[in-house]
Amino acid sequence: MEQGLKPPVMSHPQYLPSLRRVAVCGGTHGNEMSGVYLVKHWLQDPSELQRSTFQVTPFVGNPRAVEQCVRYIGRDLNRTFAPAFLNTKASDSDLYEIQRAQEINQIFGPKGSSQAYDFMFDLHNTTANMGSCLLVNSESNLLSMHMCNYIQKHCTVRHCPILFCQPPGEEANFTMSVAKNGLALELGPQPQGVARADQLAKMRSIMACALDFIELFNKGTLFPAFEIEAYKVVRRTDFPRYPNGEISAVIHPNLQDKDFQPLKPGDPVFQTFDGEDILDDSDDTFFPVFINEAAYYEKKTAFCKTKKGTFAQPAIQKGF
Amino acid sequence: MNSCQVLRDAPVRKVALFGGTHGNELSGVFLVKHWQEDGAEIQRPGLEARPFLANPRAVEKCCRYVDCDLNRVFDSENLGKELTGHVPYEVRRAQEINSLFGPKGQPEAYDLILDLHNTTANMGGTLILETSRDCFTLQMCHYIQDALWPDSCPVFLLEHPSLKYATTRSVAKHPVGIEVGPQPQGVLRADILGKMRKIVQHGLDFVQKFNAGQEFPPCTIEIYKIMEKVDYPRDKKNEITAVIHPNLQDRDWQPLNPGDPMFLTLEGKTIPYEGETTVYPTFVNEAAYYEKQQAFVTTVKEKLSAKGLKVS
Repeated sequence: MEQGLKPPVMSHPQYLPSLRRVAVCGGTHGNEMSGVYLVKHWLQDPSELQRSTFQVTPFVGNPRAVEQCVRYIGRDLNRTFAPAFLNTKASDSDLYEIQRAQEINQIFGPKGSSQAYDFMFDLHNTTANMGSCLLVNSESNLLSMHMCNYIQKHCTVRHCPILFCQPPGEEANFTMSVAKNGLALELGPQPQGVARADQLAKMRSIMACALDFIELFNKGTLFPAFEIEAYKVVRRTDFPRYPNGEISAVIHPNLQDKDFQPLKPGDPVFQTFDGEDILDDSDDTFFPVFINEAAYYEKKTAFCKTKKGTFAQPAIQKGF
Repeated sequence: MNSCQVLRDAPVRKVALFGGTHGNELSGVFLVKHWQEDGAEIQRPGLEARPFLANPRAVEKCCRYVDCDLNRVFDSENLGKELTGHVPYEVRRAQEINSLFGPKGQPEAYDLILDLHNTTANMGGTLILETSRDCFTLQMCHYIQDALWPDSCPVFLLEHPSLKYATTRSVAKHPVGIEVGPQPQGVLRADILGKMRKIVQHGLDFVQKFNAGQEFPPCTIEIYKIMEKVDYPRDKKNEITAVIHPNLQDRDWQPLNPGDPMFLTLEGKTIPYEGETTVYPTFVNEAAYYEKQQAFVTTVKEKLSAKGLKVS
């Protein structure tokens, strides 16, 4: 089933302002090591990030969590960029991430204002087999969608599926939401606290390609209209649990590592410790993602179900 | 067979299965919790198998440890420490475990502890021994290897003057570690769970047969003996400047020859292995060992012989 198909493509490109200030965040989660290592490296030697038409600022999102090699200290930083947190008095709260979100908002925002950075990359890893997933808020992020299209067409890294991460009806409160536009990279599988050379190289290639895209855009290149496939999260599925809240089954071997592959009604999804299969009870085919992501056990998510759709995007060009 | 080559050893009645010595190594955590609810799978005639969660506070927080690594504090100093003032949680816990399953080195101690671990390294299902001189555990490894054939089941010998550490399982007369990977911390994979379960099954089968009087003829097994630990390249601020080279990543137990790529710096430079002989790396890119300044350990292959074995 296709969804979100927009009316026929406009003949004129949409004109968008050029990008002058770009930020690259690693370590929003302190134990997702590809971004942590890359940003630390770029802070020492940023030459690889430099382009002629814009300025790039690498930064460590959650330095205390990085130091301790944990996802977060008090609460998940990547869920903290909502007005409720950004507008409380920092002194009123002892949660480190609320203070840090306010700092980031001050440096790269304020969120939603004209002074905010033009673009923010946020570098993540997952224990799920998601390949080199590109996370965009929604299909209405025109510039990010064009960037994804450019990456899929020009980057040597294969399998860069696009996933819309903004929960329907909710406001985006991810770190990258501080800037006017954003793209998060979600590369896996990689265990927490581990840096794998293969993931590091892929993330690096995608970043180089994305910065090239911005450079071309700033130089006035016309990016024609296109249609593109993307996945949209529609629901989350928790592990089966005992009455005391303990997990009573694991991801089924047939589902493990099968992110972005169709899951049909009746397919096995879990296996109990007694060896019994638990089958999917929905009446439609979905494309599961974040299958067995370590950080989502506490969020009561064994995997997320997505729908695949084709999305039409108009041409864009830099406005004058 | 020469009858004097058959060792008569005491029956192994008191067996414990430890999970969650490290709270984020989930296969053992969930197997132990499952067996505590339903122990049918681990019951065998002639022995008592007790499932036990070693570090419940770390399990609750899904982290390796709370104050310090439980799997390093079973030395006489920590086990004898007076519990006054600030004592790390794991040291207190070690003393509890020692009184429940030990005392270490004493006749009342448990006969056998199987301690269930996971690693992010591609080590498969590995058995870890602490000494080359315990015929019972050597015979057990031989039995498990046989039962798992054609799947491999490497045996890692943690016998070294400075690299050996004071493990949780060392309170038992016969300590055996079961290390299954690759599995990320905080993740439970069905395949890894299945592999661990099989090893435990065969281990308990062995004990049951041994207690029932079966004689095990002398045998020789191939083991990997720990030689050295290798740290990541670091800068002056102690920050890691290179990652495991793609040619070495996931190649646990495969030969690493002099000149083979070992690390890849963030600038893209390959750092080769400069040792003089071929070694067999393991624990390659284990998440928990970054803080222990360890990228991998090197081992050498050796053959160990065990005498024949029969219950006394």
